[in-house]
Amino acid sequence: MAVDLTAPPIQIVGLGKKFGELEVLKGIDLQVNAGEVVCVIGPSGSGKSTLLRCVNRLEEPTSGKILIEGVDMTDPDVDIDKLRTRIGMVFQHFNLFPHLTVIDNLTIAQRKVLKRSKQEAREIALANLERVGLLEKVNEYPNRLSGGQQQRVAIARALSMKPDMMLFDEPTSALDPELIGEVLDVMRRLAKDGMTMMVVTHEMGFAREVADRVIFMDGGVIVEQGPPREVLTNPQHERTRRFLSMIL
Amino acid sequence: MTPRQRQRAIRGTLYLLLAAVVVAAILFADWGSIQRNFFRWDIAVEMFPEVLVQFALNTLIYTLVAFVFGLILALALALMRLSPVGPYRWIATAYIELFRSVPALVTILLVNFGIPLAFGRRVPGGLLGIAAVGLGAVAAAYMAETIRAGIEAVPRGQMEAARSLGMRPSQAMFSIILPQAFRIIIPPLTNEFVLLIKDTSLLFVVGTTPLTRELTKFGRDTMQTLGNATPMVVAAFIYMIITLPLTYLVRRLEKRGARGR
Repeated sequence: MAVDLTAPPIQIVGLGKKFGELEVLKGIDLQVNAGEVVCVIGPSGSGKSTLLRCVNRLEEPTSGKILIEGVDMTDPDVDIDKLRTRIGMVFQHFNLFPHLTVIDNLTIAQRKVLKRSKQEAREIALANLERVGLLEKVNEYPNRLSGGQQQRVAIARALSMKPDMMLFDEPTSALDPELIGEVLDVMRRLAKDGMTMMVVTHEMGFAREVADRVIFMDGGVIVEQGPPREVLTNPQHERTRRFLSMIL
Repeated sequence: MTPRQRQRAIRGTLYLLLAAVVVAAILFADWGSIQRNFFRWDIAVEMFPEVLVQFALNTLIYTLVAFVFGLILALALALMRLSPVGPYRWIATAYIELFRSVPALVTILLVNFGIPLAFGRRVPGGLLGIAAVGLGAVAAAYMAETIRAGIEAVPRGQMEAARSLGMRPSQAMFSIILPQAFRIIIPPLTNEFVLLIKDTSLLFVVGTTPLTRELTKFGRDTMQTLGNATPMVVAAFIYMIITLPLTYLVRRLEKRGARGR
């Protein structure tokens, strides 16, 4: 599988996903370009999280194709574990490994998957901890950290694999309101550094400020997309208008 | 009567009843006979140190080999039960149901007498081998269910996080899921260990030599030789001093495990 560096990081073609009879995604076409920040918004049950989880195949697509840097993620013969190291994922509930200290959370996959040396893994981990401003928590266990701190560690853990793109699945939805800002700050800086990001979120302020493109999903389809100014302030579709009026 | 008064009356009655039973036991028991038959200090002292350095040690060794063998087998069975491959699940389920429904004594006898008939050779390792395979096979059936429950108690997101970092399913299972699962199940596993300690007393059925006897067999032999029950009391006491610290240890481990969550 030759990685084509000119290919877009994420290319989704005709993606469909069914859970039994329930059709959650109905033919999604979407391309995310290098360095682009795409925010996916929409009501719950619209399929936005499923879409994100299909990108690294945490959910198996029922139909369609997903190309990661030109490589077909849905090919049964593809080395999915190798491909996943290119894609960082941040979860709503952080999913830090509670039996490991912060530093071990950041190094375990580097060591076991990428076979980096202990020294190298540690240096990369520390650099990323500093990036999220939590260097002093290096030897803590996750349950000693606040939710916001845990999510920042989770971001640092994903970054430690040196991925080419990051997926965020409602990264602030499980946080107390006063802790949301620190996580969004980290994500804002990440976007500024040129990371390719696909973010499922309810934070409209973040989407307006940081996103290059906002995608509004409803009922398993992309209803409309475009620059945040247009989609968020001047939506073309009735469904988008109704959704925005309910949450703003 | 107010509810408070009634509760007080009930509690008072229960205390009275308890006191009456204790007093009756004290009054009607033949203390002289009990002391002569169960608590002969001279006999008890005579049993040391052999009862500890030889026979309690044997008990512990049999328990350990059975536990280690059983735990490894149980882990394999638990992973088989959770496997996406149907036949693996069926085999594990059949194994677990079979050995949970058959008495440990029967399993030990089958391992001892059945395996030589079926395979033309005995289980290697003598009584140690019988302990490992016979007792371990039974313990594995129970522990497999415990381990499976432990694995299922680890939140789904843990596997997803590990896989999203590029770990293979086996890497995620062994370095992320199982360490958490075992923390959860340390108490029931220790309980299984305590049960195994006591189940080693079944090993006498396959025949023992004077030196390979475990605690119960030694106690019983000595009791018969001396015509006095004190050796059994000593054996019982030693079982207690082995198992009580274990339950204490579990409590400590549970506290430590809680820190890591």
